[in-house]
Amino acid sequence: MAMDKQLQVSSSPHIDIAEDTRSLMLDVIIALTPALLLSVFYFGFRALILTLISVASCIAFEFLYRRLMKKHTTIGDLSAVVTGILIAFNLPASAPYWMVVVGAFFAIVIVKQLYGGLGKNFMNPALAARAFLLSWPTTMSTWPKVFEKVPLIGQTADVVTAATPLAALKSGTLPDNTLMELLLGQHGGTLGETSAIVLLIGGVYLVLRKVISPRIPLFYIGTVAVVTFIFPRGGVNNLQWMLYNVLSGGLILGAVFMATDYVTSPVTKGGRALFGIGCGLITVFIRYFGSYPEGVSFSILIMNACAWVLDKAFRPRRYGVSSRGKKVGA
Amino acid sequence: MALTFRGGVHPDDKKELTRKKAFETIPAPATVVIPMLMHIGQPCQPLVAKGNKVKLGQKIGESTAPISAPIHSSVSGTVVAVEPRLHPNGNMVMSVVIENDFNDTLDESVRPHGSVESLSADELIRIIREAGIVGLGGAAFPTHAKIQSGLGKVDTLIINCAECEPYITSGHRTMLERPEEIIGGIRVLMKIYRLDSAIIAIESNKLDAVRVLEKALPQKSSQIKIKVLKTKYPQGAEKQLIYTVTGREVPPGQLPAAVGCAVFNQDTCAAIHNAVTTGMPLVTRGVTVSGSAIANPKNIICRIGTPLSELAAAAGGYREEPFKLIMGGPMMGVALTDVEIPVIKNTNAFLAFSQYEDVYSEHPTCIRCGRCVKVCPMNLLPIYMHMYYQKDMFDELEKLNVSDCIECGCCSYTCPGRLFLTQTFRVAKARLRKRALESKKEAN
Repeated sequence: MAMDKQLQVSSSPHIDIAEDTRSLMLDVIIALTPALLLSVFYFGFRALILTLISVASCIAFEFLYRRLMKKHTTIGDLSAVVTGILIAFNLPASAPYWMVVVGAFFAIVIVKQLYGGLGKNFMNPALAARAFLLSWPTTMSTWPKVFEKVPLIGQTADVVTAATPLAALKSGTLPDNTLMELLLGQHGGTLGETSAIVLLIGGVYLVLRKVISPRIPLFYIGTVAVVTFIFPRGGVNNLQWMLYNVLSGGLILGAVFMATDYVTSPVTKGGRALFGIGCGLITVFIRYFGSYPEGVSFSILIMNACAWVLDKAFRPRRYGVSSRGKKVGA
Repeated sequence: MALTFRGGVHPDDKKELTRKKAFETIPAPATVVIPMLMHIGQPCQPLVAKGNKVKLGQKIGESTAPISAPIHSSVSGTVVAVEPRLHPNGNMVMSVVIENDFNDTLDESVRPHGSVESLSADELIRIIREAGIVGLGGAAFPTHAKIQSGLGKVDTLIINCAECEPYITSGHRTMLERPEEIIGGIRVLMKIYRLDSAIIAIESNKLDAVRVLEKALPQKSSQIKIKVLKTKYPQGAEKQLIYTVTGREVPPGQLPAAVGCAVFNQDTCAAIHNAVTTGMPLVTRGVTVSGSAIANPKNIICRIGTPLSELAAAAGGYREEPFKLIMGGPMMGVALTDVEIPVIKNTNAFLAFSQYEDVYSEHPTCIRCGRCVKVCPMNLLPIYMHMYYQKDMFDELEKLNVSDCIECGCCSYTCPGRLFLTQTFRVAKARLRKRALESKKEAN
């Protein structure tokens, strides 16, 4: 049979998996959706609008930057959407709309694209944006009370506010909230860090879909649990102190959705374990001794800078050679 | 716990297309093209010239190099050309072209050698060499050379019936249809190595073959054991198979004999049996003809030297115009430029795809997901090897042991960013070899 068409010739393998960056990011978006819906339930539609503006700004900045730099468009990989959701999740629901736009610019242009785009940045873009937005400390530490709907437009300065459980923990006492309220997310906090249960459901979904390995979240949360259990403060019962520390603040959100960011975390097994442990230790350190009540964002950003070193230190053992450099087997 | 190894992937095996199709022997073609290189090692010199009459099973190529295997005519007829022809490896390779007289006149050298018991180990090795037997699983390493390099060192004989590549079922059919030949070959190898046991290793997706082989084994024989392994690619890779079966790891750059193992494919065993009992050298082979562009995928036994176009025709022709042709499996096989390329000794499959079965990205982007690290059965760091390659940092690449890469394709297969990982390492290994040669030259 004569071939009319030229045969495709390429080096093996000739097949591959269906999943791609876009489908992985879509799974992350799906995993974040329950927490988003719950935040709308607690804080009103402003939470949704804030998130949508954040997502739209991230997409727009990514598109515009790459167009201006004459690089191929990458918004189809959906990574900008994930960043957009996470920026909103890291802000109080009462944050002004312009603030997420500033955050989106910092995350997408400064942290991500200036380093070469997806896969090249060394810091988690959403967390770096949050750290940058702490330049407005009052706005960033005003926590609207759940079920007190934040107005869609106009001033948000006079919303009914609530203290976060972290403020109490900082002073060495247990918060007023019950543990059930923490699990359900009925406490002051950022838009996305509310309900531990809903965030964990998202995490389980990602693990079952094999989008993330459970290694980093387990080591991260486990480290916080162990350290706070051993060293409770203010004479509080060990177990209670530990549970309140694990369920308060951004720990679950950070451990499940931010510390597992592919680009800024290690790829080796040992590297991931130590990355999680490092995040846990720094988080507790800041919560205990820092001047700021929460340490999740900073701990992850600090460990981001160590990702490559950790991979280097935890290279897998060479096949056929034992860890001491001897032959294996025989 | 299921017997398995670290890493690996689970591609859709597509074996249902042909697993129930019994071998169909197709008539010898009017012309066969027999390359003088169908093995790893030195090519053979043609022993015949244009115009010579040749018989079926007659030796037509030979080499004095230790790593080489003689080549035989797969038909009787007349040599019409001895010239370079396109080889599956993409190069022009000296080949003997024979016009078939359709008489299948047997060469005088083809006669039974007697019972295994009456032959010495040296005689058996000589028979295997003279029959031109090579590893039929795909690597095509000359079998006699493999045996000789391991004599006195091997305590475990493993028969590789994993057949882990998607689509391929030719080995599976050999197990189902010719179990006595496989077992006969195992007995020859046991005698040569002076071993009183052997292990047949089969993936769990071929339990029917396990039953057939169990039945074919003599009652109460505990000498030849069957081990069922978890179905996972690349279970059939020699190092991974040895680890799965024995827990031993072959050290870098060394052969299985270094850890007391010898591994042979089921078709190699059958070929050994036939060489001893009938004297017939390796002139036919079973090939799985499959893929989305093949109208009627099936398993075919054909003469070595048969053009692939005849195999496609025997499988009902093309359903759609082929887009990509592959000799071997989709994970490690070679893409072909022409359909007139002949079947050679290690052609276990011929696949025709009607479209991309992989996804091509114009902008491969690493998102550092780490999947390549997780699936690498050789404990390598494909993500960093790729990065260093792109930056031309060959010292770093060497430090990451890129030369340990077995090119199984798992990293590229699993990469969501569509990086050309395996492909890059193949080039990197070649460049490092070249660099080592050059520095050696400079030192001299």
